[in-house]
Amino acid sequence: MSSHAITVTINGRVYRATVPARMTLVDFLRDELRLTGTHVGCEHGVCGACSIMFEGRPIRSCLMFAAQADGASITTVEGLAPEPGGLSVLQDSFWETHALQCGYCTPGMLIAAHALLMRIPNPTDEEIREAISGNLCRCTGYKQIVDAVKLAAERLSGKNQNG
Amino acid sequence: MAEAKFRYIATKRRPKEDRRFLAGAAQFVADINLQGMLHAALVASPYSFARIKSIDAKVALALPGVHAVVTGAELAAATEPMMSGLDAPKLFRWPMAHQMARYAGEWVAVVVADTRAIAEDAAELVEVDYEPLTPVTDPEAALDPASPAIHPEHGSNILFRKKWTWGPVAEDFAGADRRLAFRARWHRSSTVPIETFGVVASWDHARQLLDVWASIQMPKYPDQLARALRLPGNGVRVHFDVDVGGSYGVKRGLKHSILAGFLARKLDAPVRLIEDRLDNMRGGDAQGPDRIFDMEVAFTNAGVIRALKIRALDDCGAHAGRAPLQLGKPVGAICGPYRVNSVEYEAISVTTNKTPQEAVRGFGQAPTNFALENAVDRVASALGMDRIALRRLNLIRADEFPYTIPSGSAYDSGDYHAVLDKALAAGPYDALIVRRDAARAAGKLAGIGVVTCLEPSGGNSSFEPLFNPKNDTTTWMEACSIKVDAAGSITVSMNTTSSGQGHETLASTVVGEVLERDPETIRVVRADSLSALPSNSPVGSRMAIMLGGAAAGAAKKIKETAAAIAAKKLGVAPAEIDYADGVFSVRGEPGKKLTWQAVCETAHRRFHELPDGMEPGLQAFHVLEVPTGGTLPTADGRVQMYPCYSFESHVVYAEVDRVTGQVTLGRYVVGHDCGTMINPDIVHGMTYGGVAHGIGAALYERFRYDDQGQLLSGTFMDYLIPSSHEVPDIAIVDHCTPSPLTAFGQKGSGEAGYLGGPAAISCAVNDALAPLGIFLAELPMTPGLLGDLIATKQK
Ligand code: FES
Ligand code: FES
Repeated sequence: MSSHAITVTINGRVYRATVPARMTLVDFLRDELRLTGTHVGCEHGVCGACSIMFEGRPIRSCLMFAAQADGASITTVEGLAPEPGGLSVLQDSFWETHALQCGYCTPGMLIAAHALLMRIPNPTDEEIREAISGNLCRCTGYKQIVDAVKLAAERLSGKNQNG
Repeated sequence: MAEAKFRYIATKRRPKEDRRFLAGAAQFVADINLQGMLHAALVASPYSFARIKSIDAKVALALPGVHAVVTGAELAAATEPMMSGLDAPKLFRWPMAHQMARYAGEWVAVVVADTRAIAEDAAELVEVDYEPLTPVTDPEAALDPASPAIHPEHGSNILFRKKWTWGPVAEDFAGADRRLAFRARWHRSSTVPIETFGVVASWDHARQLLDVWASIQMPKYPDQLARALRLPGNGVRVHFDVDVGGSYGVKRGLKHSILAGFLARKLDAPVRLIEDRLDNMRGGDAQGPDRIFDMEVAFTNAGVIRALKIRALDDCGAHAGRAPLQLGKPVGAICGPYRVNSVEYEAISVTTNKTPQEAVRGFGQAPTNFALENAVDRVASALGMDRIALRRLNLIRADEFPYTIPSGSAYDSGDYHAVLDKALAAGPYDALIVRRDAARAAGKLAGIGVVTCLEPSGGNSSFEPLFNPKNDTTTWMEACSIKVDAAGSITVSMNTTSSGQGHETLASTVVGEVLERDPETIRVVRADSLSALPSNSPVGSRMAIMLGGAAAGAAKKIKETAAAIAAKKLGVAPAEIDYADGVFSVRGEPGKKLTWQAVCETAHRRFHELPDGMEPGLQAFHVLEVPTGGTLPTADGRVQMYPCYSFESHVVYAEVDRVTGQVTLGRYVVGHDCGTMINPDIVHGMTYGGVAHGIGAALYERFRYDDQGQLLSGTFMDYLIPSSHEVPDIAIVDHCTPSPLTAFGQKGSGEAGYLGGPAAISCAVNDALAPLGIFLAELPMTPGLLGDLIATKQK
């Protein structure tokens, strides 16, 4: 099996590694780099637990090989906070509305919502539901997640001064 | 009601545990990485029923990086079989098949290698020679003594069969004005957490100790694991500080854990076994109830339901486990929230060549509620009576509690009429009627479902002795310990894992409430199974009652001790001490006081100032028996099942597409009463999630098998979990009837939403289909099923 030397920027840090051709990107993140915030729920592209930002867009890291990430810039859940130990406005909004229970889908949800807010700063409920519809959550019934994204949008646009 | 009675309880507070999940810093089992850890991959039977003639692992073992291939026969020789919940001494079950494979996906061998990828490669190289046998896949066929025996030593495919008669059923049926009968079918689905099951085991031969990390939610798991591995109970240490990525009942990977533990000892290396999605769906032994109800109802012309006859036939799959007991728990709410004079209940569990069942949210209550609510709607339509009026007539009234039902359980408290009224008002029901009728006038199929369902809570084990007379367990206790350091910091220790229920928030809120300390400042940790006090894990909607009660009990002991120390220092009797906001003072003399910190420091440093005979330090634990627990069933099978009864009323508006059969839920309201809510956001979250899960069970999710026992829905592409598109914006209306049995009036709520959702949606769909003359008591009501049914009626 062939191996490939790759250089990837993840959460602002540059990583160089040699990976087997068949290693998925999520396995590379989790097993090689120990960035275990990104989760695996199905490994067939349906659940969204493995979502990451790849070149500014949300993708499923179980559907991509690590070798394909050569030269790319990636953000995982560990890189969402503005500073280590902190929480982003979006993460804090998830906390405020209790938009999670077991937390397993949460990193993927945060990525989906983060990508949405980059694209549409003030999304409607419909747009939020559409944006997270590729991320399955078995705990929450999605309601408090929709509330969290709305709250984050308000805070980020300065409408909610409690934020 | 709860307002202003509490300081922290029932207020909006950010859950303690959320932060680590949001930061991507939780520790799930798959995140654990031990030095030298090996990886397991499974070889599964492709046949649903087959004799295993031989297994050849030579080629697999030759692959570089492979450490071992272990067969079911080797494992069975070295371990004890897993226990079932029944008195069935000839039913044997080991983690892997040996001699016979009894379902497609059953593990036959395991490969251990340096990486998961190598282990999977090698698993494909293991050659198994099978002799296929004729499978049994229909539960009714399994009742036939002539059906091929899946467990020949057991003698038949009937695992459990018993009929109970509570009250004058024959007389009530004979004397009733009207009777009706119908069949209701609940097909197999499950909770299907997004995290699969996983376990890491590590054997320390110097200490002769097996360390285990697992995504577990299971009572008695450490004991059963040790027993199966022939280790003493203190030879296994289960670490409860593993975050579990959802469970809702099913995360009981005992077989995975026995296998991983065996491999870790055999290979003297840490071994990791993480299911992939296909392993989980097919071979994870975590599917749910699969039930046929034959319902008979006797009622008066005025709409009074007099008696019920219920026959429940459940297909538990290839091995018994605890699955048959899921027919037992509903005994505690067998007539729902209704005044029914007598009940006959026949519970039958059969084995077939399908994946075994595991406990699913509600432990059999959701299918039972579905059958009951459809029965009530059928009575209403038979009488031409309004179904809400019929419910109001039959619901137990608020002034009748505690109310004992024919099968022996006393319902603690409730106000069912008030909750129903609140849910209808929130609909608002009148507007929904207008909307429905307008939709119908426009040619659409539209309907409304209104149901009233119980959520028994406080998980006890009373169904164990009911289903197995040799089992005389009468306690299902839960414990909590608290220690306070010399500076006054409080640490609470709990004794089990959590899988999203917010137990750290629960425990810290309760302890903060009793000790009047800010829950923010209270740390909650988890013992491991060797340092833990007894626990029965978060099953049966029990933790608000049981962990909440144990934590409150321990906190009260701390408070009493601290007050005694303060009394001695202040020179008065303990009864003269008041405590508020972290200050102990002498009643009537507010100037004479001591702070919380001063008392804690004294407890730790100044033995000479402590009351005579008091232990130094400041710590306490409390072990709580389930309220109302402690008794065995009577000879005729009457028993107090769970202590507390939460209640939910769902009002649902649905439209069914005539062509595609797709159901759209246009309005969803849940009126809910679970007593005092310790943390409302957490309770609401579980309720929303329970409804979403109920939508899946009602409309989409089904483990479908072909007649050869092959699973046809083993991925997320064919087993459809509701997404944010299928789950509507749910409205919850709270009501609070405190339980008289618990520390703060709380009841359980972990099964909320799910226990009424499938019933409500099926009733709404049936209302929509009524103009076509269709009544369908079958779940899930998939688009295909509904579309075909509508097409046949419209021809
Ligand atoms: S793990 Fe990638 S989509 Fe499910
Ligand atoms: S929070 Fe558990 S799956 Fe979403």
